[in-house]
Amino acid sequence: MAEPLIRLQQVTKSFGPVDVLKGVDFEAYAGKVTALVGDNGAGKSTLIKGLSGVQPYDGGVVSFEGREVHLTNPRQASSLGIEVVYQDLALCENLDIVQNMFLGREELKQGTLDEAAMEFSAIKALQSLSVRTVKSVRQKVSSLSGGQRQTVAIGRTVLRNAKLVILDEPTAALGVAQTEQVLNLVRRLADNGLGVIIISHNLADVFQVCDYISVLYLGNMVARLETVKTTRDEVVAYITGTKVLEGVNE
Amino acid sequence: MNSQSLGSGHEGSLRDQIGAYFQRLRTGEMGALPAVVALVLLAVLFSALSPYFLTKLNFANLFVQAAELATLAIALVFVLLLAEIDLSAGVTAGVGMAIFTILNQKLGLDPFISIVAGLAFGALVGSTLGFFVAKIGVPSFVVSLGFFLAFQGLQLIMLGDGGIFRVDVPFIKSLMNDNLPGWAGWAFLGIMLAVSAFLSLWDRARRRNAGLVNRPISLMFIKLATIAVLGGIAIGILNENRSVSIIDISGVPIVVPVVIGILFVGTFVLDRTKFGRHLYAVGGNPEAARRSGIKVAKVRITAFIVCSTLAVFSGLLHASRIGSVESTAGRTIVLSGVAAAVVGGVSLFGGRGRLVHAVIGALVIAIIDNGLGLIGLPAGINFLVTGGVLTAAATVDALSRKRSSGSIVRT
Ligand SMILES: Nc1ncnc2c1ncn2[C@@H]1O[C@H](COP(=O)(O)OP(=O)(O)O)[C@@H](O)[C@H]1O
Ligand SMILES: [Mg+2]
Repeated sequence: MAEPLIRLQQVTKSFGPVDVLKGVDFEAYAGKVTALVGDNGAGKSTLIKGLSGVQPYDGGVVSFEGREVHLTNPRQASSLGIEVVYQDLALCENLDIVQNMFLGREELKQGTLDEAAMEFSAIKALQSLSVRTVKSVRQKVSSLSGGQRQTVAIGRTVLRNAKLVILDEPTAALGVAQTEQVLNLVRRLADNGLGVIIISHNLADVFQVCDYISVLYLGNMVARLETVKTTRDEVVAYITGTKVLEGVNE
Repeated sequence: MNSQSLGSGHEGSLRDQIGAYFQRLRTGEMGALPAVVALVLLAVLFSALSPYFLTKLNFANLFVQAAELATLAIALVFVLLLAEIDLSAGVTAGVGMAIFTILNQKLGLDPFISIVAGLAFGALVGSTLGFFVAKIGVPSFVVSLGFFLAFQGLQLIMLGDGGIFRVDVPFIKSLMNDNLPGWAGWAFLGIMLAVSAFLSLWDRARRRNAGLVNRPISLMFIKLATIAVLGGIAIGILNENRSVSIIDISGVPIVVPVVIGILFVGTFVLDRTKFGRHLYAVGGNPEAARRSGIKVAKVRITAFIVCSTLAVFSGLLHASRIGSVESTAGRTIVLSGVAAAVVGGVSLFGGRGRLVHAVIGALVIAIIDNGLGLIGLPAGINFLVTGGVLTAAATVDALSRKRSSGSIVRT
């Protein structure tokens, strides 16, 4: 197995007396989709916030591309190539797709916005994901469906040259057809060589698109499974705590 | 839907482009269209009701009457785009002009320096308002209401109760009272056409160099022809003698190119600079803007500075028109300014609207004002009508916002 794109070793995080992450090991690979599952309160969001630099870990070792890194703020995580697509997407509905994809990183030429260059790059990024559901990249986001908005948010991470894309519940608010679109997109990200981590409650989605499944249970990583070698029942058992990995202390 | 390639809305023939325009109208992105229609209807109505409405003199008066309102409305758009408001803009202009008068007349300073001091006061007010709104989190409605009251007091203290000071500086008086020579009007139209053509060609060149499709060039010619025809008619009329006495009065009022210049520079900033883009972003979704690394507070404060400074300039236009600075100036105009912007199609919910909307809206309000005056209705009616129009426009704004967010789920 190749070296992981990102590797967490024994990371911990506490809020006052509450230990939310109790020494978690986790890894994700370039070109692979890794699911992070677990019941509410298991610590998934906390784990992700550490990776994105929003809420640094208290202890443990984080290695990115084999080198130890200290993720202390979002800008720094982003400059390493770690991008998060939050559940609420954070798009401006009054702006169009290109404008949203370049928000905060507008390209300038002769001191003015270089709309042509930005449009070109946006189209290329979306094409690299084989996006077919969007008619015009100059559509306002207010006119887009939930799935199309996800597409824009994911496309934005590609534009930012992400190496690791983390998606928080990307399909939670979507219908069947749109879920399918977004899952295809997620797969395509990985096929393009990016590492993808996806938080999901929907095991059908997870089994459809993920290569690995990591299960958090009350702040402990209780399982790391290869999708092809496991079953839904087994994953559910880990999530609910009826099955516990040997050697993990409660 | 085309499954082959991702478009950008620039593809297709002229026909497709026009179709796309009507499609946008249907989805509630009507922009300034309702205001333009209202403008035409009002003009027809008042022409029928008053023989004085459709005269050359009144035509010129309309522009002058709309000028200060248009400038104030342009100023307000910068904060309205953030879903904020500045109720103190009018009296900020009043205090700015009081500063001008005191420096210029009482202390004998150079008029130009005195104006700059007034504008600097505007910038200071804007940064203070912006600080309260962006850093402390006081609603702009409340802070600016506080400033609105306080500055009325400041005006009285500075100029005295009932204080009126004549403005005798020639170049200030000529802003609203003098006209360009005939040739200069045509030259100005030529410059507008040239600049407009240059910007279109510049954009087209950039797109071509990036390997992108351009809209049919006929669209550019249609746009230029529209400017040429409408501008040509207006200048043709303005260049004729409109005097009712023996002294010849003709030419484009000087204030017209001034306001159009402000409109042009402001639009350039909003459409083509980072600040403009960030302003719309913060107005649309502040949290998204913040997460994208935009310095939201800085954008907000800058918008308030632009608003208050431009407001002081509109105060200068007012002083130029009436020829004096009064201790009560600017109390009522701010609501007309907001009305103008909203009537023109600027959303009170932030993130939607353009400066040209404010100018068109100002023309609507000015026509109502002017027409009702000519018919000879009491001033009370004027307030009622303007208030009604504002309420109607705000309702349209709210409904079209509902409509565009109601159409989210469309696969
Ligand atoms: N900022 C915080 N302060 C205190 N407790 C927190 C904070 N963030 C998360 N927690 C706690 O940490 C635990 C894990 O939360 P979270 O990471 O959001 O879980 P998940 O995303 O898996 O549902 C929960 O018990 C939650 O209450
Ligand atoms: Mg969570």
